[in-house]
Amino acid sequence: MQPFIRLDAKVAPLPLANIDTDQIIPKQFLKTVEREGLAKGLFYDLRFDGEGREKPDFVLNRPEYKGAGVLVAGDNFGCGSSREHAPWALMDFGIRCVVSTSFADIFNNNCFQNGLLPVVLAAPQVQQLMEEAKGGNHLVTVDLEAQTVVSPSGAVFHFDIDPQRKAKMLSGLDPIGETLQARDEIDLYEMKRALAQPWLEDA
Amino acid sequence: MRSMPGKTLYDKIWDAHVVGENDGETILYIDLHLIHEVTSPQAFAGLRAHQRAVRRPDRTLAVADHNIPTEGQGLGVAAVADEEARLQLQMLERNVTEAGIEFFPMGDVRNGIVHVVGPEQGRTQPGMTIVCGDSHTSTHGAFGALAHGIGTSEVEHVLATQTLRQTRSKNMRVVIDGQPAPGVGAKDFALAVIGAIGTAGGTGYVIEYAGEAVRALSMEGRMTLCNLTIEGGARAGLVAPDATTFDYLRGRPASPKGGAWEMALNYWQSFFSDPDAAFDREIHIDAAAIAPLVTWGTSPEDVIAVTGRVPAPESFANPDKRASAERALDYMGLTAGQPIAEARVDVVFIGSCTNSRIEDLRAAAKIAEGRTVAPGVRAMVVPGSGLVKDQAEAEGLDAIFKAAGFDWREPGCSMCLAMNPDKLAPGERCASTSNRNFEGRQGRAGRTHLMSPAMAAAAAIAGHIADVRDFLR
Repeated sequence: MQPFIRLDAKVAPLPLANIDTDQIIPKQFLKTVEREGLAKGLFYDLRFDGEGREKPDFVLNRPEYKGAGVLVAGDNFGCGSSREHAPWALMDFGIRCVVSTSFADIFNNNCFQNGLLPVVLAAPQVQQLMEEAKGGNHLVTVDLEAQTVVSPSGAVFHFDIDPQRKAKMLSGLDPIGETLQARDEIDLYEMKRALAQPWLEDA
Repeated sequence: MRSMPGKTLYDKIWDAHVVGENDGETILYIDLHLIHEVTSPQAFAGLRAHQRAVRRPDRTLAVADHNIPTEGQGLGVAAVADEEARLQLQMLERNVTEAGIEFFPMGDVRNGIVHVVGPEQGRTQPGMTIVCGDSHTSTHGAFGALAHGIGTSEVEHVLATQTLRQTRSKNMRVVIDGQPAPGVGAKDFALAVIGAIGTAGGTGYVIEYAGEAVRALSMEGRMTLCNLTIEGGARAGLVAPDATTFDYLRGRPASPKGGAWEMALNYWQSFFSDPDAAFDREIHIDAAAIAPLVTWGTSPEDVIAVTGRVPAPESFANPDKRASAERALDYMGLTAGQPIAEARVDVVFIGSCTNSRIEDLRAAAKIAEGRTVAPGVRAMVVPGSGLVKDQAEAEGLDAIFKAAGFDWREPGCSMCLAMNPDKLAPGERCASTSNRNFEGRQGRAGRTHLMSPAMAAAAAIAGHIADVRDFLR
């Protein structure tokens, strides 16, 4: 996993609530067996028309937001399907952080598996960031160590994050390797369970 | 005598699966891991890259459901026209064969939608932890199992360790009391709950459904209710197991047999919320007050009674929600204030992990029997599994549907997410028994209205969204 420490990047505003993972990456891009290369499908129906031409007014197609690394979006970002292709596509496109008032649970988990930082701010702060992102200066700083987002005008917004998740994002460590260190405990659990629920052992 | 405060059903399942604590997270044991072709290939590739093995192939079950065609399944995977889909299906077969995981391939009568197959085979049991790389894994909570969707990185984690690293959710209880009116059922209950709490209302919670109207539901109805829990933002839904649950499980292929059945029954009966258990949030809904519901917009929270009118965007206080409602009306081709029952439909889809079980097909067939699909409407029925299809055919339901002009298909996820050839054309309006009315979900620029199987059948006959109560006899 890519560690996330600090990011200086352009922020792009997407002022819609309930942006679901079907919108982030539509189904026709889920037939891949790879994690890479999904940028082409990111927000496909928002970015392209029925003939596959770029929609010039969509925020990520506008020249001033090219290369954006942060998205600021409406409430409940990432709801719907569990597809991890959603964070993969965002990352592949160059987005490393999404700011919203809330994130859907599974999408939130998937972000932390991939080094994509979901930042939750209060509604007035998200609103301010959204308004500033629409202006002439779009540069923000996201500092995970300090747990702050610095807006284009210099306003500093503090965000909360689970300390364990923060540590993992900062280090980029492999969670499977870590869990496998608890192999003896898993073995013990399975032995106890085999005695208590033997009907699950002869499947 | 107990001095500790009571535990919820969720707390009890959680506590029974704690392997250990690590770094502030709980390592939770997973009893059953369901996998399918779309969200597993990168997980197996990850295992290979690290030379890791599948820890418990016997606690894993694989099906092919998301991208399979719903005709010609007997011809086998080699005949699947879509090359990328074919590759994914072949990859799944290779991965599960190498790992020794039980697999029902396309065309096997036991194959079907993963959330139909698990329960049908008796793999889903009370008190279990169940995960799958699919958000509608919440379905299995109908059995009093803690079941939720995970991403592909977590699929890899479970394959390698048979555990997940988790933090505990909060407890919400939704109590549905009273007697529903004829024509109102589990789908309407679920839409009513989402309408009440909103699509993010359950975020951070596990929901336990209780109350006499929930108790009265069949297992199929409970599965529909728990299935849609994720659309309210909660990761899992639960119904405490009872005689209905145990009757459903008795005699299923993977259900315990002989002396083990009594032992299992004894264990399962310990899974209920203690009377003094505390919930962080509690919602009460009167089943008698619920009308048949449909969605008007592009979020499952956009719910109205079939007798209702499409709301005006100005009626939403939150500016993002107002913008979303404006966008939804434009996308759906609807006008604020119009009666929803006026909306003409082009397509009717009866299927999906929400509503493709035998009881769903019976409810739809009851409306379709002796009637005809309206001219110009394309109506399809996609059973949830080969076994559901066989049973429906044994009951003559296929004959009823075909006589009415419905297309009787082979099992799979089909037009719920339109990864296979079953999709809406741009602008087409669909009465659908599925779970998501998102933009483009059933095909680019397609328009989805969620409703119950009986309501979808009524829409097929009427040619527009219709009140199923006018069709009851």
